[in-house]
Amino acid sequence: MTQKAKMPTKNDTSKPILIHGNQAIVEGALAAGCRFFAGYPITPATEIAESMAVRLPKLDGTFIQMEDEIASLGAVVGASLSGLKAMTATSGPGFSLMQEILGFAYMTEVPCVLVNVMRGGPSTGLPTHPSQADVMQARWGTHGNHTSIVLAVSSVADCFSITVTAFNLAEKFRTPVIILSDEVIAHTRERFIRPAAESLEIINRVKPAVPPEWYIPYEDTVRGVPPMAAFGDGYRYHVTGLVHDMHGFPTENQDEIRAFYKRMGRKISHYAAEIQMVNNFYTDDADITIIAYGSVARSALQATETAREKGFKVGLLQLITLFPFPCRHVENVLHKSKAVIVPEMNFGQISQEVKRVNSRQCPIIRLNRYDGNLITPDEIFEKIHEVL
Amino acid sequence: MPLTTHLVHQYLRHDKKFPHVWCPGCGNGIALGALIRSIHHLGYNRDDIVLVSGIGCSSRMPVYVDFNTLHTVHGRALTFATGIKLARPHLKVIVIMGDGDAMAIGGNHLIHAARRNLNLTAIIMNNNIYGMTGGQHSPTTPYGMRSTTSPYNHIERAFNISELIVTAGAGFVARGTVYHAEMLHVLIEKAIQKPGFSLVEIITHCHIQYGKLNQKGTHIDMMKWQKDHAVTVEKAQKMTIEELKDKFTIGVITDQNLPIYYDEYEKVKQRAQLSEK
Ligand SMILES: Cc1ncc(C[n+]2csc(CCOP(=O)(O)OP(=O)(O)O)c2C)c(N)n1
Repeated sequence: MTQKAKMPTKNDTSKPILIHGNQAIVEGALAAGCRFFAGYPITPATEIAESMAVRLPKLDGTFIQMEDEIASLGAVVGASLSGLKAMTATSGPGFSLMQEILGFAYMTEVPCVLVNVMRGGPSTGLPTHPSQADVMQARWGTHGNHTSIVLAVSSVADCFSITVTAFNLAEKFRTPVIILSDEVIAHTRERFIRPAAESLEIINRVKPAVPPEWYIPYEDTVRGVPPMAAFGDGYRYHVTGLVHDMHGFPTENQDEIRAFYKRMGRKISHYAAEIQMVNNFYTDDADITIIAYGSVARSALQATETAREKGFKVGLLQLITLFPFPCRHVENVLHKSKAVIVPEMNFGQISQEVKRVNSRQCPIIRLNRYDGNLITPDEIFEKIHEVL
Repeated sequence: MPLTTHLVHQYLRHDKKFPHVWCPGCGNGIALGALIRSIHHLGYNRDDIVLVSGIGCSSRMPVYVDFNTLHTVHGRALTFATGIKLARPHLKVIVIMGDGDAMAIGGNHLIHAARRNLNLTAIIMNNNIYGMTGGQHSPTTPYGMRSTTSPYNHIERAFNISELIVTAGAGFVARGTVYHAEMLHVLIEKAIQKPGFSLVEIITHCHIQYGKLNQKGTHIDMMKWQKDHAVTVEKAQKMTIEELKDKFTIGVITDQNLPIYYDEYEKVKQRAQLSEK
């Protein structure tokens, strides 16, 4: 009788496995404690739902395929209000449909994670090709004043760790967090070693410590983040998408409206430094710095290394947090560099943000591709050469 | 103390939430009264009730009552309710919607909730018009009637909410009116107790918008219309099609036992966990 070869399973933490970005997002979410997923199939995000459908019931969690993306995010918000860490994943058309309930989640301060695996758009666009054209939609897609947290992944390892971070930020700040992936990362298989569970920092939302009669659901706390009771915990309170006072009741009182928006802004902006994550590669002495994110940051790193091998002082600032825009890190390289190159798979979205914070008139060179293909290391290297 | 006073004290939120937004004579308060009576009679703990709503006049109901309350976005209340029920199955999740909320923008969610058969109770306040936005036609505005967006009379035919939801596969569907207030809390009670998805359609009046635009008189006239045109399901069975022509039925329209989503998902978990070993 032949012995079955011993394959490393996904639960083996020590052994390397070969998984793609979408699978790594699922592993990251489960490690972060996500126990509810609602979604609707869409390329190139579908494997996230499929993988959740397999994995969640084993962990006593819930997977549900809803009738559309609007319903999916509605269910996610409902589950989070009832105490579960919850997530959905989609791509452009679905992300557009989610915008109204995304606004509801900002308004009512419901922690949740939304993954947008970017493909070409608008409309059906290029379903099987990568894009980075949803960056500004992730920042501003829902109507009204809001602050958003948007993170970009660029590798399988990122997909795991940034998803854990996304849940932590969502729980800590009581806010939706958006992860932007793209078709390249989603479907590229890479060697991955799962970090041991004990090595991960997991943050859970703060629950009220006071008895129900003292609970003020939208209280202005020191950090601006009120403790969150789950439905069924005995803290009966009202949740509404209308602007509300600290008791959660709708208000049209100017002072209460102002106080509400101020706290909503403050809870993120005061702690922006801890949210703004970047990776610096050779930026200390760089004359030319590339600012990139997502899959393009991979090409940019390779181009940077090629340039260094050839003796050019080139650096890469990889943005992980796109919003709140990591101004200080970007300003830092703008001050030090003779020129900055911003390669993106869109007409130029993050390059606009870079220009916005460019007080020293550092030349900013864009490199844009929107033909459904990844920007290659060669293209970036050529651009470096031009600029030199 | 009269029972009503007792219920008002026990179930309404008295901090900051009154006066309410409804026009004098509106049926929404009658439905809220019926809902409170049914929950009181069932003896449920207020902590275990979640009242979810969409957007509209009727959807303002949750803010006044001392349950876990969630006022969501237009048309999508059932989706939030789905997440709540799956996350915490012991909670009693009741969803209030208007006819526009449930049948136009939320029509897709409604039929799928009915088909999915999760333990939710949906209550639709059917006033044949968009109340909150000022009298535009809804999917239940009858042919030939006037609204602010059908000023030359409505040219579409109306949905029959209850029949549609029976067809969509719901286990329990009932219809009542705000005139038949005593019957209403019995229907709501049955719906809440029914395992699986249940719907109570409540025929009500919007004398301010629909009534004025169509010369239907005061709220009292419109409630008299409900009295004169409603026929119990039992009585309707003995009537001819001709006799039933301008009538509608009230009472339990369908009551059947179907597989419940949550129970089925528990089996999924067991199968998944077994395959692990
Ligand atoms: C996405 C969206 N579209 C439109 C509206 C505006 N709106 C608010 S309430 C409403 C209709 C309300 O009618 P119905 O659901 O019948 O409830 P009623 O007010 O009659 O109780 C509409 C269209 C909205 N809030 N959101």
